[in-house]
Amino acid sequence: MAAMKEKTDVRQGTLALMVLRTLDVLGPLHGYGIARRIEQISGDVLAVNQGTLYPVLLKLEQEGAIASEWGASENNRKARFYRLTKAGRGVLAAETRDWEQTAAIIARFFDAKAEDLS
Amino acid sequence: MRLLRRFLARLGNFATGRGVDQRLREEMEEHIALQTAENLRAGMPPSEARRQAVLKFGAVQAIREDCHDEQGLPFIDNLVHDVRYALRQLAKSPGFAAVAILTMALGIGATTAVFSLVDVTLIHPFTYPQPEQLVRVEDDLPGVGAHDVGMSQPELKDLERSGIFQYVSMVGGGSVNLTGSSQPARIPFLAVTPNYLALLGVKPELGRWFDPADQTPGFTLDVLLSDGLWKQSFGADPRILGRSLRLDNDLYRVIGVMPPGFHDPGRTTEQRNTALWAAAGFSAAPAPASARTARITDGVGRLKSGLTLAAAQSRVDALVAALQKQFPNDYPLQSAWTVRLVPLKESVVGNVRQSLILLLGAVGLVLLIGCANVANLLLARASARGREMAVRQALGAARKRLVRQLLTESLVLSLLGGVAGLTILLGAKGFLLQMVPESLPRLNDISISWSVLLFALAASVVAGTVFGLAPALQTGRLDLTHMLKLEGRGSKGSAEQTQTRRILVVTEFALSLVLMIAAGLLLRSFWDLYNVPLGFNPRNVMAVRLWLPIPNDPKTDIYGSAAQEAPFLRELLRRGRSLPGVREAALGSNASIPLDHIRNLSPLILEGRDIRSKDPPMVEQSDVLPDYFHLLEIPLVRGRLFSEMDDEKAPQVAVINEALARTYWPNQDPLGKRIKVNPAKPVWITLVGVVADARTESLAKESVPQIYLNGYQTTPKELVIFLRGQLDAATIPAEVRAQVQSVNPELPVFGAKTLDDALSSSLSERRFSMEMVALFAVTALLLAGLGIYGTISYVVSERTREIGVRLALGAQRGEILGMVLRQGFGLAVSGAAVGLVGALIASRLMAGLLYGIRPTDPLTFAGVTLVLTVVALAACYIPARRAMRVDPLVALRYE
Repeated sequence: MAAMKEKTDVRQGTLALMVLRTLDVLGPLHGYGIARRIEQISGDVLAVNQGTLYPVLLKLEQEGAIASEWGASENNRKARFYRLTKAGRGVLAAETRDWEQTAAIIARFFDAKAEDLS
Repeated sequence: MRLLRRFLARLGNFATGRGVDQRLREEMEEHIALQTAENLRAGMPPSEARRQAVLKFGAVQAIREDCHDEQGLPFIDNLVHDVRYALRQLAKSPGFAAVAILTMALGIGATTAVFSLVDVTLIHPFTYPQPEQLVRVEDDLPGVGAHDVGMSQPELKDLERSGIFQYVSMVGGGSVNLTGSSQPARIPFLAVTPNYLALLGVKPELGRWFDPADQTPGFTLDVLLSDGLWKQSFGADPRILGRSLRLDNDLYRVIGVMPPGFHDPGRTTEQRNTALWAAAGFSAAPAPASARTARITDGVGRLKSGLTLAAAQSRVDALVAALQKQFPNDYPLQSAWTVRLVPLKESVVGNVRQSLILLLGAVGLVLLIGCANVANLLLARASARGREMAVRQALGAARKRLVRQLLTESLVLSLLGGVAGLTILLGAKGFLLQMVPESLPRLNDISISWSVLLFALAASVVAGTVFGLAPALQTGRLDLTHMLKLEGRGSKGSAEQTQTRRILVVTEFALSLVLMIAAGLLLRSFWDLYNVPLGFNPRNVMAVRLWLPIPNDPKTDIYGSAAQEAPFLRELLRRGRSLPGVREAALGSNASIPLDHIRNLSPLILEGRDIRSKDPPMVEQSDVLPDYFHLLEIPLVRGRLFSEMDDEKAPQVAVINEALARTYWPNQDPLGKRIKVNPAKPVWITLVGVVADARTESLAKESVPQIYLNGYQTTPKELVIFLRGQLDAATIPAEVRAQVQSVNPELPVFGAKTLDDALSSSLSERRFSMEMVALFAVTALLLAGLGIYGTISYVVSERTREIGVRLALGAQRGEILGMVLRQGFGLAVSGAAVGLVGALIASRLMAGLLYGIRPTDPLTFAGVTLVLTVVALAACYIPARRAMRVDPLVALRYE
C-alpha cells in the first residue's frame, strides 16, 4: 500500500501546474487529451489513476484559472474542452516563477559540497 | 480572493445541486471511451481494452466523491447528513431520547427562566438611554448615624453649578388623593424638579414635559400622568391635555401623558409605580424655606458624558469639603456630612442582586448535573454502539468524522431539549411569574426577549458540547482490533469509559451536595426568621389605609391642626369598633404598620444635650392612638402608655421602646426626659413610657430604636386603621371605606391587608430564593441518584460473569451485595468530599443571605451529607440486589 501511494501521490499543486502548462502550450484540450500529454511528458506519473485529474480540473475552473465548454472531439464525440483563461496565464506565470525559484534553491543544496556548507 | 471565488462557486453548486456531478460522469465516460478506442487501436481485444481503460482511470466512485468534496460545501453537507442520522438514531431508541431530551429541557428551561429574570432586573433594569450615566445622590451624616438623609435645595444648586452633571434633579416621593373620578384614589406621585424627564431622557407620549420656565419655588400646578393612570381613571381620553384634576383638594392641569411601559427608576415598588409627576422648586411651601439644613429629599443626576463614577465622586468629595469650610455652621464636623454617588441601577437592584446570582448559580449547577447525567447515558449508548463505530472506522470513516457525528448527535439532543424547555417555559410563564415576589423591579417586563432566546441557544450549544465531548472523544479512540474481536459477545466498556462514568457520578454528587447545602442553609435561615419571636401579635389583625389631603394652601386644610383632626380620628375609631366582628380598633400613621418597610426617620433632639449639633440622630418615628399597643399586644415595660387623657389639648407625650432607651439613656431612667422630633417646633415632648422591643420594622433586626408619638397631638396624614377580631377579609375593606366616606366622601381608602399577609410578604424574597434553591437542590439530588443508579447498574451488568464465578466458587450473597454497595458508597463519599469543599466556598459567598446561622453551620453540613449518602445507597441497592440474585449457571452460560 505504501509503495502504491508513493507512485501516485502527485501533489495536487504539481498536477495543477502541469495542467496549466499543457493548456498553455497546446491550447484548448479535453480531459483525456490533457491526461495523455501529461503522461507522455512525465512518464508514468499519471499511468494509473488518470481520474485524479478531474478534481484538479474542477478546482482550477472554480478558481477561474481555466474555463470549459462542450465541443466535439477529433472523432466527433461530445467532449468537454478546457482552455486557459487570462487569470490562468497569470497564475501559471507566478507559479512557474515560484517553481523555478524553489527548484534553483533545492538544486544549489544538492550541488553543495561539504566544504561549502561548513 | 481565490479562496472567496472558490467558496462562492461552491455555494452556488451547493444551492443548485447535482448538475456538476452529471457533467463529471459524462466527462469520465467520455474519457474512458477515448482510452478504450486508443487501446483498441493498439490491438487489444475489445473486452480487455475497456478493462484496461477503466483500470487506468482509477476508482470512479472515489473521484466522484473527491469532486463532490471539491465542488460543494462538505461541511454543511455532512452536517445535514449527520443531523438526519442523529434524528434517525434518536427515533430508534425513543426511551433514551425522551429521558435525555427531558433532562435537558428541564435544565435549559429552568436556566433560561432564571436568566430572563436576571436579564430584566440586573442586566437591563432601565429602558432609558445611557443608563450608566444615571446616579442617585445620597447624603449621609455618618457622624450621627444617619444615612440617606436627603439633600437641601441650596445643595442642589451647588451640584448644578459644579459641572459634574448634565442634569441633577430632586425627587420626592409621596401620595396624593385624586378626587373627582368615580372613587377617590390615592395615587403614588413624585415631586421633581422640572428637568427630571430630560435627565431620564424620556419624552411624554402626549403633550409636553415641564418647561424650564415652569420653575417656581413651590409646586407648579401642572402634572404629567402615567399611561396606566390615563387609561384607568380617564378612559384614555385623547383630549386629556389641559384638563384639570383635583389632587389633595388643589386644582392641577394635565400637560402630558407618559409613554406606556415607562417606569420611574424609584427605589421602592411604590416609587416605581409612580402615576403622577408634578414639578416643584423645593424652596417654598409645601417644602420648608430654602436652607442648607433643610434636607428635603433624594437627588438623581445624569453625569457629564465621559465622566467615570470614580472621577465624579472625587469631584463631589472636593465640593463637599469646600462647602463644609464655607458653611461651618450648617455642616458641623461631628456629623461628617458626605455625598455619595450610587449608580441608579445599584440603588434599584442592589438588594436583589445576591439572591438572583445565587439562583442563577444554583440553576447552572442543575444544568451541569443534567449534562453529566446525559453524558452518562451517552457513554452507555456509546459502549453499546462500539461495534457500529468500529465497523465504520474499519470501512474507512475518519476518526474526525465519527467524533463530529457523535457531537452532532449530542447537539441535536440538547437543541431539542432547549426547544422543549422554551416551550414548557412559555406554557408555564403565567404560573411561574406568580412565584416571583412582587418587589422585584420591572417584574411586568419579564418576557422571552431576543437576549433570552439567544441565551437559551447558547446554553443548549454549550450543554450539548459539554455532555457530548467526553463520549465522542472516547469513541474516537476505540481500539479497533479489540472491538471487532469481541464479535457477538456484546461489548464491554473500556476501563477508560468506566473511569469517565465514575468521574461524572462523583461530579454530580459534589454539585448536588453544594446545592443541597445552600438550600439547607437558606431553609434554616428562613425557618429561624419565620419563627422568630415577633414581640407583637399579628393574628386576626387587619390594617386598612387612608390618606388625608395636604393641600398646598394651609388655609384650605380641614385637618390642618390637632384640634381639627383629633375629632375626626375619634369618630373613625368609633365607627371602626362598630364594624361586624371587630373586637378592637386602633389608629396610627402608616409608619406604624408592622413590617411594611415604610421608613419614617425623624431627628431625635434630646433636651440638654448636643445643643450645638444641628444634625441630631435619626430614629424611626410613628404616630399612634392609645389603643395601638394593646391591639398589637406590645407589652409595657415601664411608665405608662398613652391614655385618652393625652388628647390634643394635653401636653405632648411620647412612648419609646427599650432599644431607644438603651441607646440614648444607658443606665438612666428615660421617663420624664424631654425630646423634640422637629427642630422647628418649640414644644418639648415628655417621655412617659417604655414598651418592649417588637420586630415591627424588620424581622431580621432584633431591636430598632423607635419612638411613638401620640396621634391626637401630631396630626398624622397617612393613616392606618387596625382592626382585630373575627374579620372577613373580603368585606372589611368596603365596610371601612363606607364608614370613612360617610364622614368625608373625598377620602380614599386602600391597601387593606391582614398583618399575617404583611408578615408573609415581608418574607417573600427570602421565601422565593429559598423555594427555588430547594427545588433545584431536589432536582439535583434526583438526577444524581439516577446517575449513580445508572452507573452501578451498568457496572453490575458488566460484572455479571465475574459475580457468577464468585458465587460458583462459594461467595456469600451478602458479600456480593456488600461489594456492590461499597462501590456506590465509595463514589458517594468521594463526591461528598469534593462537594463539601465547594459548599464551604459557596456558603461563604451567600453569607449575606443567611439569618441566625453561620455559613458553616455544622448541622446543615452533616445532615445534608447524610441525606445524600442515604440516597446514594438507596440508588445502589436496587442494582446490588440484582447482583446478589445472579444465578451462577445463567451467568456463566452467558459467555
